[in-house]
Amino acid sequence: MSTPVTDTAVEIRNAHKSFGAKKVLDGVDLTIPRGSVTAILGPSGSGKSTLLRAINHLEKLDEGYVRIDGELIGVRADRKRLHELPEKRILRQRQRIGFVFQNFNLFPHLTVTENVVEAPLAAKLTTKAQAQARASDLLARVGLSDKADAYPRQLSGGQQQRVAIARALALEPDIILFDEPTSALDPELVGEVLQTIRTLAGGGRTLIVVTHEIAFAREVADHVVFLSDGVVVEQGAPEEVLDAPQNQRTRDFLSRVL
Amino acid sequence: MTTVLNRVGDAPAGSTRPAEGALSEKELHALASRGVRGLRHPWQWIATAVVLVLGLNFAKTLFTNQAWEWDRVGHWLFSPVIIEGLWISVQATAIAAVVSFIGGIVVALMRQSRNAVLTGSAWLYVWVFRSVPLILVLIFLYNLGSLYPTIGIGIPFGPQLEVPTATYLSDLTLGVVGLSLCEIAYSSEVVRSGLLSVDLGQHEAAKALGIPRTRQFTRIVLPQALRSIIPAYVNQIIGLLKASSLLFYVSVLDLFGVVQNLGSTYPTDIIPLLVVGTIWYLALTSAISIVQYFVERFYGRGLRGAR
Repeated sequence: MSTPVTDTAVEIRNAHKSFGAKKVLDGVDLTIPRGSVTAILGPSGSGKSTLLRAINHLEKLDEGYVRIDGELIGVRADRKRLHELPEKRILRQRQRIGFVFQNFNLFPHLTVTENVVEAPLAAKLTTKAQAQARASDLLARVGLSDKADAYPRQLSGGQQQRVAIARALALEPDIILFDEPTSALDPELVGEVLQTIRTLAGGGRTLIVVTHEIAFAREVADHVVFLSDGVVVEQGAPEEVLDAPQNQRTRDFLSRVL
Repeated sequence: MTTVLNRVGDAPAGSTRPAEGALSEKELHALASRGVRGLRHPWQWIATAVVLVLGLNFAKTLFTNQAWEWDRVGHWLFSPVIIEGLWISVQATAIAAVVSFIGGIVVALMRQSRNAVLTGSAWLYVWVFRSVPLILVLIFLYNLGSLYPTIGIGIPFGPQLEVPTATYLSDLTLGVVGLSLCEIAYSSEVVRSGLLSVDLGQHEAAKALGIPRTRQFTRIVLPQALRSIIPAYVNQIIGLLKASSLLFYVSVLDLFGVVQNLGSTYPTDIIPLLVVGTIWYLALTSAISIVQYFVERFYGRGLRGAR
């Protein structure tokens, strides 16, 4: 992996993480090119969500590091070791990394627009008027202009997830992380969310999607990573990993979900 | 009604006629187009009658029993001295309610902190002030001057800033301090349970969006926690209003204190004075409940059913 730093959006090096006695990540190395769409697949419990959450430091690694555009995330390095950064710095780093949760996690006491403008206003990046104008653009983009003043409870799951995507976009992040974005949705609502994600691909933004939707990965992803028991067992172009898997664990998994 | 309907399959072999007293199919079909009569609840009628009879009996005595002395109630109800006591009660309760709410948030946050000294001292505080009766705390504070003639703050064994205790604490201040000290112990638990009721995903979403910590709390977590804090805290405020009557014992003339004092000056008016006190406490509690309704509605926004 000798990709020059300038073309690498996310670099994960030797990621280790345990919850108690359970090893969730057991030395993950991963390089994700700028502007690419990466799908992370794997059986449940394989550590894929933990890996994704480590990228924006929602999960602290026990060993290893994550770099985005060459900048260490959540830690700083001196000659001897890595040190956890103060929370303030980490929060500022996260403003460049969008995150979309499985359960949407919209703020239920705020309207759709208030949800979308919250982060830019908190970061003091824009004026209120600018943030609101941008929010209405984003809501139009995810097809929810008519829901600007609704509260999250009044929306379907698919609509809520699209608001969550608009909320993540409001900070104009270079990278967006999706943690099983369609897993909590009724089957008939999955399509609208995938369609929204599809429109984000190829715009220079780096997307990393933890998903169970193999068909979606095949269609949209440039790069598929297969994780099992906390290690990357296979990665490559979708047609390689999904159609001609080399590893037995990948083959077992695919035969079960396809 | 003991009509029994046999299904076709239940009919004894050889008999096609319905059993005696049963409805024919035709009669039943006719009933299908009528309303269904609800179940009767005779005991509810009896209970209602008993309650009404007892209630009316008591209501009658309000008019017939001269000892109520309604004219004296009317005389005292808006008298300046009662209103003054009422105002003291309202002030003490309101100030203590605000102080305890803020103090409760601070103590609750201390208990959630990762620092063992903060968690430990918060726990100790709650333990002490939940255990000791308010009246004891009040009388303790009243005698604070003899325990600590001056109060101050400073670096241990270093420079100190000190003021005499007596001049700086009026009786009312002292009462409010006592009320707040005890109340914070309870309100911190109310706040803590409210904070715990907020979904973990909300904290995570706020973190993932890079929202600064203070704003995470004030804008995302606290407003959601308030939804469950408010009903419990209003209960606390009502308790506080009634507890403020104990200030009488540290020579603060609150509503209860005034009623008590007037009672010893005008022994024949004791009953009407107690009625006056009751009316005002009822009025204050009702006012608090009305405010609660609107505040709850505000913090429940977005959480009622779909439009």
